[in-house]
Amino acid sequence: MKWTVGIDIGSVSTKAVLFNGEQVDSKIIPTGWSPSQAGQEVLERLLKPQGLTRDDISLLVGTGYGRIQQGMFDKTFSEITCHARGVHYLLPEACGLIDIGGQDSKVIGFGEKGKVEDFVLNDKCAAGTGRFLQVTAQTLGLEVSQLSALAEDADPADINSMCAVFAESEIIGLLAQGITVESIVAGLLKSIAKRISVMAGKIHFQDTVAFCGGVAQNQVLKDLLSQEIGCRLAVPPSPQAVGALGAAILGYEL
Amino acid sequence: MRAQTMAYFDQLIPSGMVMAKEAKEQGRNVVGYYCVFSPIELIEAAGAVPVGLCATKQEPIAEAEKVLPRNLCPLVKSSYGFAVSGKCPFFHFADIVLAETTCDGKKKMYELLAEHKPMIVLDIPNSSNLEDRQAHWVKQIYRAKDYFEKNLDVKISKEKLAEVIRAYNEERKLLMELVSLNKLHPTPISGTDLLKVLWGRSFQFKRDEYTAKVKELIAELKEMTAKGEGASTSQPSSKRILITGCPTGTGQEKVMQVIEEAGGAIVLQESCSGIKGLVDLVSEEMDPFEALAEKYSKIPCSCSSPNTGRFELLSRLVQEYKVDGVVDITLQACHTYNIESYSIKEHLKKNHNIPLLQIETDYSDADRQQIKLRVDAFLEML
Repeated sequence: MKWTVGIDIGSVSTKAVLFNGEQVDSKIIPTGWSPSQAGQEVLERLLKPQGLTRDDISLLVGTGYGRIQQGMFDKTFSEITCHARGVHYLLPEACGLIDIGGQDSKVIGFGEKGKVEDFVLNDKCAAGTGRFLQVTAQTLGLEVSQLSALAEDADPADINSMCAVFAESEIIGLLAQGITVESIVAGLLKSIAKRISVMAGKIHFQDTVAFCGGVAQNQVLKDLLSQEIGCRLAVPPSPQAVGALGAAILGYEL
Repeated sequence: MRAQTMAYFDQLIPSGMVMAKEAKEQGRNVVGYYCVFSPIELIEAAGAVPVGLCATKQEPIAEAEKVLPRNLCPLVKSSYGFAVSGKCPFFHFADIVLAETTCDGKKKMYELLAEHKPMIVLDIPNSSNLEDRQAHWVKQIYRAKDYFEKNLDVKISKEKLAEVIRAYNEERKLLMELVSLNKLHPTPISGTDLLKVLWGRSFQFKRDEYTAKVKELIAELKEMTAKGEGASTSQPSSKRILITGCPTGTGQEKVMQVIEEAGGAIVLQESCSGIKGLVDLVSEEMDPFEALAEKYSKIPCSCSSPNTGRFELLSRLVQEYKVDGVVDITLQACHTYNIESYSIKEHLKKNHNIPLLQIETDYSDADRQQIKLRVDAFLEML
């Protein structure tokens, strides 16, 4: 049996997928301060329950910002290529994907077999990323996981700052005006949806687009985003591990 | 492998610094310039040494920001910072600076720089289809001629100018012969080395020595290719990349380094730091002053509107050099190249089915990892 493993070392979490023609298992752990340690650890946690060792793996493929760890991987691909391949495997009907990650956001358009045709990454700042939500949620004394439920039926407040630091001051101003936390949270999600839809406008999406990354679990954001870009959004199963899955598949196909 | 002759070009700018000092000690006039629009033949015909001025390093930007706004193109800030901090020996030893009204950032910066050095600023029309564009340019050439004659106490004769034009044309042909070796695959010379040779052209004081070394380099590269060897950055599997956009000079090669480290073969630069000013020669048939006007008015810079020449040049180059992908380097706050990037991307996609990756950056190293991700993904998709 041919086994491959894809490991996606991201800024917040490290994801690993075991593949043998099908996805066998996946694991997600926090990256912490050492990307190489996180890579080793997630690999161990993935292989042990299956009774496998590193020697059973014919190709270990790295992606994510931690892919540059010397000597760890047999092969590396950028997370752009891996995300496209992973999404295409899980949702063959999708023509592209939106990934809101910890420190960047990606909008990728792809063609047949999940081959990347064009992509846009957000600029060098937290605008439109998971970090933006984290920082602003903190200002409100909330966890990112609470945001969706809070925002569900709220009327979104107008939040104009794309910059995480300025948005923080804006939130404090809104709180002072007596705007509800629910409205502010809905406003934050709407501002991210707007930011991402500008990026998506540069890629000409047709119909179904996959929505990945940890933030994809946020139902309100998903609906807002779908409205903004005018496409159906589909969230693949375990949306955080799509890049690792793509890496494992690319390795399997080599 | 790398051609041994490159050792000469590695030292070209450092040794140019010494020669600038020597030129002054020998009583020669030195005229500095920044831009590919500068009619440098006129400088040499005035018996002065034309020399490029520093503008492509991060180092003096902090000094410049004491006066200039922060959100300005790094090239404009670096030019100013180098000049006023005394860190550019070429500026220091220049008697005169020849400048042009190209982008807004530059022309306003020149107003400030004029307090530090005698300067002539040529008025370059923004409209590429201005009816009397040629006549306007001819006037500017004569303005520069008069300025040099008065301030350097010389006479510029038609005969001398015609002679310099011929010499510079020969140099352009030679450099294009070098560049065209990269039509081969794998490419014999890396993009960063090619830049060193072309960029170094503006900082050399011994034209004969420089051209002899370029000839030597061409011969050496031809020997390499005959043996089937390419540049160490270029493999048979390497994707062929053309660089376009804002100038990328020595000291700001970050994006080019990332591309080559990721396994992409940079074939050539279309930018003004590459071949933009070399592909077209100055006419040797016309009146030499009018010929200069004709040549320089046609340089396809994004400051000109519309800039159809750049689209035509890119179309020609991607075919002749069998380019797989184009990387458009946009310096932050360079509005003209930034806006034009969209049209260039559409043009290349529609007419040549070649993708374009735009990298917006400055001179700092802070975004190297972000650039690497974009470049890796781009090379993987080609």
